[in-house]
Amino acid sequence: MTSLETPRLSAEQAAPESRALRLVRILLPIVVLAGGIALWELVVRLNNIPPYVLPAPVEVFRTLIADWPVLSQSLLTTLLTTLEGFVAAAIGGVALALLFNQSKWLEYSLFPYAVILQVTPVIAVAPLLLIYLPQQTAVVVCAWIVGFFPVLSNTTLGLNSVDRNLAGLFQLYGASRMQTLRYLKLPSALPFMLGGLRIAGGLSLIGAVVAEIAAGSAGAGSGLAYRIAESGYRLNIPRMFAALLLLSAAGIVIYGLLALTSHLVLRRWHESALGKEN
Amino acid sequence: MAGPAASLESYSGTSGLAVSLRGVTKVYDSGVNALGPLDLDVRNGEFVSLLGPSGCGKSTALRLIAGLNAPTAGSVRVSHRADQARAGHSIGFVFQEPTLMPWANVRENVRLPLKLARAPAADANAHVNDALMQAGLSEFAEAYPRELSGGMKMRVSLARALATDPDILLMDEPFAALDEITRFRLNNDLLSLWRNLRKTVIFVTHSVFESVYLSQRVVVMTPRPGRLGAEIRIDVPERGEEFRTSAEYAAYCREVSHALTPLQSGRRGS
Repeated sequence: MTSLETPRLSAEQAAPESRALRLVRILLPIVVLAGGIALWELVVRLNNIPPYVLPAPVEVFRTLIADWPVLSQSLLTTLLTTLEGFVAAAIGGVALALLFNQSKWLEYSLFPYAVILQVTPVIAVAPLLLIYLPQQTAVVVCAWIVGFFPVLSNTTLGLNSVDRNLAGLFQLYGASRMQTLRYLKLPSALPFMLGGLRIAGGLSLIGAVVAEIAAGSAGAGSGLAYRIAESGYRLNIPRMFAALLLLSAAGIVIYGLLALTSHLVLRRWHESALGKEN
Repeated sequence: MAGPAASLESYSGTSGLAVSLRGVTKVYDSGVNALGPLDLDVRNGEFVSLLGPSGCGKSTALRLIAGLNAPTAGSVRVSHRADQARAGHSIGFVFQEPTLMPWANVRENVRLPLKLARAPAADANAHVNDALMQAGLSEFAEAYPRELSGGMKMRVSLARALATDPDILLMDEPFAALDEITRFRLNNDLLSLWRNLRKTVIFVTHSVFESVYLSQRVVVMTPRPGRLGAEIRIDVPERGEEFRTSAEYAAYCREVSHALTPLQSGRRGS
């Protein structure tokens, strides 16, 4: 009898257990964060560390609020650059992937250069771009360079991952090239493309920041990374932390928005967006 | 017979044939001699099963008839009605897997062949609704493939093949992956569809029982390279659960199995 009852009991317990587990997975990082901040505050206060060496968390938040007019303006500038770079990366990456898919010749001739563009560290390219291009353009180009490759390579992968039987079906019914692209290849590639865009969002922010840092010494910029560089020269360490905090938050929001978009687009059919009960 | 405008492509003298293969061979790029030489005639409205062990080229034969691959040698002729521009439109193909577009619901999946043929919307809607009804899917038109069971997915695949109202249905082990209960139901539904719509059906299977139950003629193929091994006519006008349990059915199954066995053991022998 006991052996019969055991599985039923465990089955009933499974649901609340997994819910508790999910709660723990959310709570644990929060607890670690709170503990870390408390420890940081404590260390700074107990050792009387001056704010220009290491500002306490409370000091950072105070600076964030006090300097909000300056910082919010910089945040806006950086976000705008990121957005421009991201949109350019998305359009450029998808368009190039489509061209490559239509013409093998084009793919063979150009793909190596896309790789070279990707593997060359953008921080090394940025100073050159700043010489040859107007500063705002150079910053956007940097964001574009790092963002477009994941879109290109993921979309290419997606366009080449079409189900062979479905391709045969399209052939059987005499589908034209455009029809195959529109009704078969693009929908097949969509999950991959969205994955690429999700990476590109974060990378565009990095590209924008790198270009701003490189341009920072020129002193004409006003983005968040420029604020960090500028605050560094002035030993305004709390403001450096505050700007850094904003950059992290921006990265998290960008990733979250793109992940949400991807989920909403794919939720009706793609494995990645389906709940576990399916 | 089939349609009022039935006409054969380039050999009107032998009218009544839906598919005609003459000396067809297929050698793949890898050098594998998969098929032939094979001669096969299928009459209009006939239900023929191609039976054989895996690797006997029966699927290859089907793909050649569908025009998905070109034969290495020999000729493949498929009849089509005068109003159909391409031979491909007179063929409906059901793959081994359901092969559905996961991003589209049942209705859109069934509509695909018509969309690709650029059929007028009103016309297409009527055809899609007919095909959905014939496959027993009317209530599931808005469902997505992932929400359906294996048997239902296969029905969608069948409905899609019927959407263009083809003369010839090519089916490549369509029910092989289904459980027996579902397969029996689909066998019965396929038979009543065939009886009502009078299509030519070429059905590839590796199940002796399925081939005997469904077809008027069982073509047994030899393995590597695929050739005609034996042909057995199943002269039974009425099929149904009664036939499935009859002594006659068992006798036919035995006959087909015997036709298959020497081919099998010959392959294992060396």
